[in-house]
Amino acid sequence: MNAPAPAAAPAAVFPDPVAEAKISAKNVSVFYGTKRAIDDVSIDIPRSYVTAFIGPSGCGKSTFLRSLNRMNDTIPGARVEGEILLDGEDIYRSKMDVVQLRARVGMVFQKPNPFPKSIYDNIAYGPRIHGVTGSKSELDGIVETSLQRAGLWDEVKDRLSDSGTALSGGQQQRLCIARAIAVDPEVILMDEPCSALDPIATARIEELIDELRGRYAIVIVTHSMQQAARVSQRTAFFHIGKIVEYGTTSDIFTNPREERTKDYITGRYG
Amino acid sequence: MSPAVLLLLAFGLGLVGWLAARSRAWAFRRAAPGGRIHSLPNFHAWYVALWIAVPALLFAFAWNAISPGLITQSVLADPAASVLPAFGFERDSMLSEARAVATGSAAAVFNTEAQGLVEPFRAAILRYEAIGLIVTVLIAFAGGAFSFLRLTPDFTARTRVERAVMNLLLFASLVAILTTLGIVASLVFETARFFSMVSPIDFLFGTHWAPDPMSSGAVDGKQFGAIPLFWGTIYIGAIIAMIVAIPLGLMSAIYLTQYASNGVRQVMKPLLEILAGVPTVVYGYFAALTVAPAVRDAAQAIGIASASTESAVAAGLVMGVMIIPFVSSMADDSIAAVPQAMRDGSLAMGATKAETIRKVLVPAALPGIVAGVMLAISRAIGETMIVVMAAGASANLTANPFQSMTTVTFQIVAMLTGEGSFDHPATLSAFALGMVLFLVTLTLNFIALRVVKRYREAYE
Repeated sequence: MNAPAPAAAPAAVFPDPVAEAKISAKNVSVFYGTKRAIDDVSIDIPRSYVTAFIGPSGCGKSTFLRSLNRMNDTIPGARVEGEILLDGEDIYRSKMDVVQLRARVGMVFQKPNPFPKSIYDNIAYGPRIHGVTGSKSELDGIVETSLQRAGLWDEVKDRLSDSGTALSGGQQQRLCIARAIAVDPEVILMDEPCSALDPIATARIEELIDELRGRYAIVIVTHSMQQAARVSQRTAFFHIGKIVEYGTTSDIFTNPREERTKDYITGRYG
Repeated sequence: MSPAVLLLLAFGLGLVGWLAARSRAWAFRRAAPGGRIHSLPNFHAWYVALWIAVPALLFAFAWNAISPGLITQSVLADPAASVLPAFGFERDSMLSEARAVATGSAAAVFNTEAQGLVEPFRAAILRYEAIGLIVTVLIAFAGGAFSFLRLTPDFTARTRVERAVMNLLLFASLVAILTTLGIVASLVFETARFFSMVSPIDFLFGTHWAPDPMSSGAVDGKQFGAIPLFWGTIYIGAIIAMIVAIPLGLMSAIYLTQYASNGVRQVMKPLLEILAGVPTVVYGYFAALTVAPAVRDAAQAIGIASASTESAVAAGLVMGVMIIPFVSSMADDSIAAVPQAMRDGSLAMGATKAETIRKVLVPAALPGIVAGVMLAISRAIGETMIVVMAAGASANLTANPFQSMTTVTFQIVAMLTGEGSFDHPATLSAFALGMVLFLVTLTLNFIALRVVKRYREAYE
């Protein structure tokens, strides 16, 4: 993690300790079969900030996100080259246990995907499979804390045994965030978490992301530049499988160095 | 003159009408401003062709059905018919002999009295055939003229032809439904006759099954206790077969959908489905010649002396193998229908593949799996050949799977192919058994379809 910062992101961008790299990607390329979806990307993702990936559809930002917790492994033909270090350990080394990796790097998806189980069982799913709790009361505590952190506790505390699929779309997405929090991850990846939600539910999720900042390293892929500007402190602009520009969110939005970034942000294309 | 000729005639006239109407519609089109008429020439053509062929064919079919009766009546009215005996079997056989000679399917009569009827028959057949032909042609022409005269540039031929197509499709779907209703009606009728002789209570709750097809005189309802049959059917089809089919079917579905590589899947899935295409009589050989002796030897080796060659377990095992594809293909479909997002959600929590399958995929796919099992049970309890060949004929009411047992389907075959006369209660009991079987499988299918439907709604 003390690797030299890539040229695209000068060290001066991160003067403060909270910005120290949690995940460090070096010369990462991702292939689907023979198609190269990500081309030689290097980036340091800070420990206690929200990092946003923006860029036009098909630019590879979701692909890159999925390679951070090896969810690309589930896609036949997907292959990753280069190094991705989590706290200095290469997550693609052969001894890496994917199960433990994903417990440390949680994920929230584009469409809310609660399991067709009760709200309680949805949250308890992760703690149970990782065997982190010995007792029922401890598990109850985890469920309550997770729902509270996700801002859902007051809405569902009286109906924990109702099905998770019976909640509204926004509540379902917060349930999925609570589910990810329940295994106490270090990083939370969010793949366009608000794209299936209405503006009010979106605002609620954005508030939540802001509340969670500091406790987890959060990486969010978004199509909405306003959203990136509102919730993130670091922004990376992806284009055709490469990072065009990476820096503090305020720099990217007010003072982009690259012409392409400026064009995208001002809505010239994308 | 055979029905085939009438058929060809109707189609030929239809073709003539088709061509004529098409050229007329083309003429409209050339004359119309901008070359546009309401319907394309082909629709005009089909409209006229349908009006020519359909009524004519309907008449030809109807005529084919009623004309033999009319011919016989007119022959009977002939003075030569006075030689016939008044009623009964001899009279019918002489009439059919004379008819056979008249139509040329027999060279000469056996009964000389019938000889006098050959000529009247020949004349009547000719007369009625001529009438049929003329009326068919007249109807075809009437239909053709009616429809042809209606053609104008504005005529809505397209709408009408499409309505005719819809009616054709409706007719096609009604055929299957009406056949089912016909089957039920015939079953109900014969079952009612059976229950007029044997009390339904004796039949449904009695535990002794030993109908004697050769008995005469008073019917003993105590012979018709069908409980041992129902038990044998459920024991073999719904218990033993399912113990084999559910785990194997489910596990093969999980392997094929979750673990198998694409290449393996493409080879294994069709191979598995071949099981469903093996004729059941072949399974029967396999059960009777290979599995049953092996089961008996194995049972005797572990000290079960009562094991017989024909055993419930042999039939049940083979039946279970036969229905593996039913369970696995339904389970396969419903597991594959669980959204990818569900799987991703679980994997992203750090669940292993096996945990994801056990805790998320199978519970989510459970309704579809249950429906598949129910369809498989209804298939298994209706299965005949395997039990005929491997399960035996003795109606034992026992839980010992190594003993011989019999099933509803076996007894239906035994009773219908037995030596009893058709109106003997032993023969009629086959219909009552069939009715019970039909109702049970109908209920199972109905429940399975409801379950599948609710499950489909859950994900859309």
